[in-house]
Amino acid sequence: MAIHPPPQRIWWNEPIARTEIVWIVIAFLWGLLMFSAMIYWHMEGEQNLSNESYRITPERFAEKANEMVEKYQVREEAGFPVVRPPPGSDVYMIARLWQWWPIIEFEKDQTYRLHLSSMDWQHGFSLQPVNINLQVHPNYDMVVTLTPNEAGEYGVVCNEFCGIGHHTMIGKIYVTEN
Amino acid sequence: MPTFKHRVCPATGLRIHSSAENLIKANAVTAIIFLAVGGLFGLMVALTRWPAVHLLPADWFYLVLTGHGLDVLLVWIIFFEIAVLYFASAILLNSRLAAPRWAWTGFALMLIGAVMTNVAVLQGNSSVMFTSYVPMQAAPHFYLGLILFAVGALIGCFVFFGTLVIAKEEKTYEGSVPLVTFGAITAAIIAVFTIASGAIILVPTFLWSLGWIGNIDTLMYKTVWWAMGHSSQQINVSAHVAIWYLIAAVVLGAKPLSEKVSRMAFLMYILFLQLASAHHLLVEPGISSEWKIFNTSYALYLAVLGSMLHGMTVPGSIEAAQRARGYTNGLFEWLRKAPWGNPAFSGMFMSLVMFGFLGGISGVVLGTEQINLIMHNTIYVPGHFHATVVAGTTLAFMAGTYLLVPLIFQRELIMKGLAKWQPYVFGLGVMGISVFMMGAGTLGVPRRVWDITGADAALKYDYSGAAYLMMGLNGISAIMAALGGFLFIVIIVGSVLFGKRTGDKPLEGLTMTTATKYGSAESIRIPGTVVLVAVFFTSFVLYYFINWKYLAEVWPLR
Repeated sequence: MAIHPPPQRIWWNEPIARTEIVWIVIAFLWGLLMFSAMIYWHMEGEQNLSNESYRITPERFAEKANEMVEKYQVREEAGFPVVRPPPGSDVYMIARLWQWWPIIEFEKDQTYRLHLSSMDWQHGFSLQPVNINLQVHPNYDMVVTLTPNEAGEYGVVCNEFCGIGHHTMIGKIYVTEN
Repeated sequence: MPTFKHRVCPATGLRIHSSAENLIKANAVTAIIFLAVGGLFGLMVALTRWPAVHLLPADWFYLVLTGHGLDVLLVWIIFFEIAVLYFASAILLNSRLAAPRWAWTGFALMLIGAVMTNVAVLQGNSSVMFTSYVPMQAAPHFYLGLILFAVGALIGCFVFFGTLVIAKEEKTYEGSVPLVTFGAITAAIIAVFTIASGAIILVPTFLWSLGWIGNIDTLMYKTVWWAMGHSSQQINVSAHVAIWYLIAAVVLGAKPLSEKVSRMAFLMYILFLQLASAHHLLVEPGISSEWKIFNTSYALYLAVLGSMLHGMTVPGSIEAAQRARGYTNGLFEWLRKAPWGNPAFSGMFMSLVMFGFLGGISGVVLGTEQINLIMHNTIYVPGHFHATVVAGTTLAFMAGTYLLVPLIFQRELIMKGLAKWQPYVFGLGVMGISVFMMGAGTLGVPRRVWDITGADAALKYDYSGAAYLMMGLNGISAIMAALGGFLFIVIIVGSVLFGKRTGDKPLEGLTMTTATKYGSAESIRIPGTVVLVAVFFTSFVLYYFINWKYLAEVWPLR
């Protein structure tokens, strides 16, 4: 028996078992792959969130939306104007307690620049049943360039809590065949 | 050795500082009371969201939902974590607790803060949800209560750090601290970061609610708030992983496969988990994709790596210990012959499995920058975090409580037969909650909404029948989970008050020596764990790519 006490064991000097090393390497590579997947999708994927957004006052945003409605309104539905803006144009949707305003009509396979902003609190733009979900802030104009690829009637549900009428905050988007 | 008022633990021969013991009791009991209140709120939320039942009117629903988040996500968990910190320092290190008076001050502040915020919520003018996103405003004492609570918790963390210093100076232990204590240190370090972020955002918000500050930017608020909100969930992860190791050690004498790997995994949490604020900002305007990608992945998924390592080393350490006891047949004899009738073990193992398979995988998918587009703010999100925070953290803490009753409260469990069943009832209920909420979320059902039928809305949207079915199943699961929670409260409170005193008898089936010592397992033959990990990894990869596929089917946008 040695007459010296065993050296104090410190955790970072301990050996690592083979099974553990294998798993560390696999898990690390998987992490790298998942990290790269997000970058890859920005280059090759078709569903990416834009980095385009601007500061804007609620008043200015409402003005722009009103201009659009005056220009492109085609009919009215349940007290909401229905607008049919030309493909490629800037389309404004106002989020406010408790409405998505106005109703918008898109043409299938055409691209639009959809602007979203809130007049008051935060809201959640949830396009159903497609299930595209975006956060809408006051004072930020978020621009999403989208291409509806299927005709039909869609709901815009609010999915950020915005007070007692939150559940009534439902809007509409139509996509028509060209 | 310095002297202090203590008793000698019959199980370990360690000295248990009376003040430490009383503080652990006070924090744990308070935690459980808030769990009862918050859990009841949760049941009411689930029953309201079950369309066929639709229990509460809208204003009460939002009030109760705010209280639910507050009491279980914050108050129950942090009180219990303070108990864990004192246990992992004073008890496991055989030391006295630093500054017990400060610890009591911290406890009092937390209690006053928690009560104050609850009062604000119950008064009805602070139904702003746990997240209290500006510019929606709560009453000033809603924020003040949270600030006091946070200051109290911060004091608790520093008492813990002080205890580590004392134990080291007074040489109450040798070499490195035990792994469980190391995990608790991780939790406490993350807690300090979390609380600092909380102060940075809640103090100005409090002043804003008093009218002293004119405006708070919504995006700034969210970014900083989630540096508290999400990081506080990382305290939970560190704490409940530490409890997994503790229970494995106490019930089975399990040692970590290698101290180095387990500690490295904890270290990853300290280094990277704080970036998680980004998870809540992935579909926000005004933040660049580069920032989102780096932060949401915890820098190359290094914190996920930490969890994946624990996912192998925790069951691995159990397998190694069981094989050393002679359960060596086949791949899974060690698992079949595990103490499934011991609620500490069964609760811990279910917590491990559900945290990994349900919470972990869904969390990574949800936190993928682009995939978040098809899930953000749907009820998928609460589905995910009920798997992490309820099935993971809460179930682990419940399991840990089954050890505290004999070790700290020195009582035997009452209703042992029911106690055996409790983790299964609660665990399966929570599993249902998570799975069905995630299912409803993929069908577009939003979170935090009183009614999805659109009955009184000007324009309508009809969810699919499947979505309604999922919400109903969620309600049924919530009843089961509530029953499991009720059993837990009755058993624990009953045992603490009326259980037979254990006296100086050595505690049956509990070995404390492993938990209080440093050291890796001698043999690490773990073929069964390798199979389990392979199943986990396969599920992870499949689910991850399936969701990219779902994303690829929605409208193109850029």
